[in-house]
Amino acid sequence: MGKPPGGPLSKGSFKVADTVVGANPDPHADPSRRDFIHIAAAAGAAGAVVGIAWPLIDQMNPAGDTLALASIEFDLSKVVEGQQVVIKWRGKPLFVRNRTPAEIQKAVATPMSELRDPQTDEARHKPGKPEWLVLIGTCTHLGCVPTFGGGDYGGWFCPCHGSHYDTSGRIRKGPAPKNLAVPDWDFLSDTKIKVG
Amino acid sequence: MSGPSTYEPKTGIERWLDTRLPIVRFMYDTALDFPTPKNLNYWWTFGGILALMLGIQIATGIVLAMHYVPHVDYAFASVERIMRDVNYGWLIRYMHANGASMFFLAVYLHMIRNLYYGSYKAPREVLWILGCLIYLAMMATGFIGYVLPWGQMSFHGAVVITNLFGALPIIGPPITTWLWGGFAVDNATLNRFFSLHYLLPFVIAGLVILHIWALHVPGNNNPTGVNVKSKADTVPFHPYYTVKDGFAIAVFLLLFGAFVFYNPNVLGHADNYIPANPLVTPAHIVPEWYFLPFYAILRAVPDKLGGVLLMFGAIATLFVLPWLDTSKVRSMRYRPTAKWYFWIFIAAALVLGYCGGQLPDNPIIGAPSGLMLFDADINSMVWLSRVATLYFFAYFWIILPVLGLTETPLPVPEGISEPVLSHPATTPSGAAASPEKRG
Repeated sequence: MGKPPGGPLSKGSFKVADTVVGANPDPHADPSRRDFIHIAAAAGAAGAVVGIAWPLIDQMNPAGDTLALASIEFDLSKVVEGQQVVIKWRGKPLFVRNRTPAEIQKAVATPMSELRDPQTDEARHKPGKPEWLVLIGTCTHLGCVPTFGGGDYGGWFCPCHGSHYDTSGRIRKGPAPKNLAVPDWDFLSDTKIKVG
Repeated sequence: MSGPSTYEPKTGIERWLDTRLPIVRFMYDTALDFPTPKNLNYWWTFGGILALMLGIQIATGIVLAMHYVPHVDYAFASVERIMRDVNYGWLIRYMHANGASMFFLAVYLHMIRNLYYGSYKAPREVLWILGCLIYLAMMATGFIGYVLPWGQMSFHGAVVITNLFGALPIIGPPITTWLWGGFAVDNATLNRFFSLHYLLPFVIAGLVILHIWALHVPGNNNPTGVNVKSKADTVPFHPYYTVKDGFAIAVFLLLFGAFVFYNPNVLGHADNYIPANPLVTPAHIVPEWYFLPFYAILRAVPDKLGGVLLMFGAIATLFVLPWLDTSKVRSMRYRPTAKWYFWIFIAAALVLGYCGGQLPDNPIIGAPSGLMLFDADINSMVWLSRVATLYFFAYFWIILPVLGLTETPLPVPEGISEPVLSHPATTPSGAAASPEKRG
C-alpha cells in the first residue's frame, strides 16, 4: 500500500513479469515465431485426437473372426421341388428355393414395366438352372424375414411392413425399395453349391 | 443458482465446509429455498416424478447388470434366471421394465404440460432443448434396453431400427455394418448395446443437471404464463413444493405398483418370451408403446428413405419449436383458438399411437371399403396414419406460426397473483391467499 499504481513493474523483483504473457521485451524479435508455436501445438493436438479417435470408432466394425465366416456350402439334394430351405449365412437367413415350373413361368412372363426394381428372372438364377433360386432372406425395407406363400404375387410377404415379392423374389408392392438380394454363389457340382 | 444466497451455516462444520466447498449452500439454494411461483398446479409435479424414475431405473439397472450375461447364447437364459432364481429378481426386473414405461408416461405428460403452458418460449429455449436431448437419450436407452433380453421382439426390433440407418444413401449400409459389428444383428451388437445401455443413463443424469441449471436461471413458468414480478409471487420450494411433489409421487407410485404387482407384462409383448430366432420374424412386429406414434409416421410413407426422414423429422421439429410458435402469450389459457388446435394435436398423437400398434392394411372400422386411394384402401390404418401425420407436422410448422400472428388472445393478467386473488372461491374472509406474506 502507499505506492503509486502502475509504476513498480519496471523495478527490482517485478522485472520477471515482463517476460511472461503479453509483453515483448525485445521489439526486434519475430512475432511469427510465437504464432508458429501456437499453431504447431494446436495442430499436433488435433492430429493426436483424430489419430486416437479412429481406432475407437473402427473397433465397432466387423472383427477379423466375423469376417472369416464368409462362405458356406450346401447340399441341394435335400430340397424337393416346390420346397424352400432356410439356412443361416453371415447371421442372416438364406432362402434356397426349388421352384415349380408354374412359378418360373409366372416370373418369366412378368413384363418389366410392372417392376419397381426391374430385373429379368434370368438374371436372378444360374444359366440353365431356373429352378434354383438362392436369395438373402431379409426384406430390403427394414430387414425382417419374409415368409413364402403370402402376398399378392405368389412369392414372399414381409409381415413387418407389408412388402410383397413375386416368385423371383422381386419387389412388387409395399415399402421395400429393392428386390430380395442374390448373394455371390455358384454350383460346385450338380447338387452342391457354395455361397459367399 | 440464481439470486443472492440466503443460506447461513449454523454449525462450525458447516461454516468450515462452506468456505471450502459450498455444496450445502448449493443444495439449500437449489432444492430448499428456491423461489417458486405460488400458483403451480399438479402438471408441475412431473419433474420430481421423472427425477425419481431415473433414480429407480439406475438403481434397478445396476442390480440387473450383476446377474445379466450379454451373450447371444446366455442372455435370454440369464434373464429367465433373474426371474426364477435370483432373490427378488422378479421384482427388480419388473420394476425396471415397467419403470421404463412409467418414465416415458411421465415424460410425455411433462412435455404436454410444456406445450399447453408455452414453457418452451423465451427465455426457456435452452431448457426446452435440453429436455428434448434428454428425451432423445431416453429413446435410445429404451430401445437398446429392450434388445438386451434377446427375445424375438428384442432381436427383430433391433434389426428394424438399425436398418433405418441403412435407408440413408451411400453412407447408410456402412453405418449399419458399423452399428452391428458384423453382417447382421449378432453377438457383437448385443455386447455393445449392453455397454451403451449402462452408459446412457449417466449421460441422461448429466443432462438432467444441465436441465435443472437452465430451469433455475429464468425460474419456473406457471399456469398463467405471466412472469414472476416480485417475491410476493413466489414461495420457497421447501416445504410448499417438496410436499406437493411428494404427494404426486405417492400417487404415481400407486400406478407404478399396480403394473409391477398386478399386471407386469401388459405393456410388453408376449413374443419377447420366445428366444431370439434370426430365421423367423414374428407375424406382428411392434415396438414398445412409447414409440408407436413414430412407428406410425414411419409406416405412413410408402418410400423407405422418406419414412425414415419424416420419423426423425418429427423429433427434430421439437428442437426448433421455440422459434416456430410466434405467439407472445405463453399459456393456452389465454389463447382460445390455439387451445382447440392443441387438443386436436393431442388427439392426433394418440391416433398415431393407435395406428402404430395395428397392421397398416387393417380397416379403421368395419370391413375395407374397396375404394383404393393411391396404394391403399381409404378405410385403412395407413390412411388414418397419413391424416394424423399431416396434422402432427401442420400443427408445428403451419398452425403455431400463423396462429400467433392472427389470433386475438384473451386479456392476460398483470401478475400471477391477480387471477388467484380475484377469484371469489380462493379469498374467503380472513384467509391469506399468500401465506408466506404473513411474516
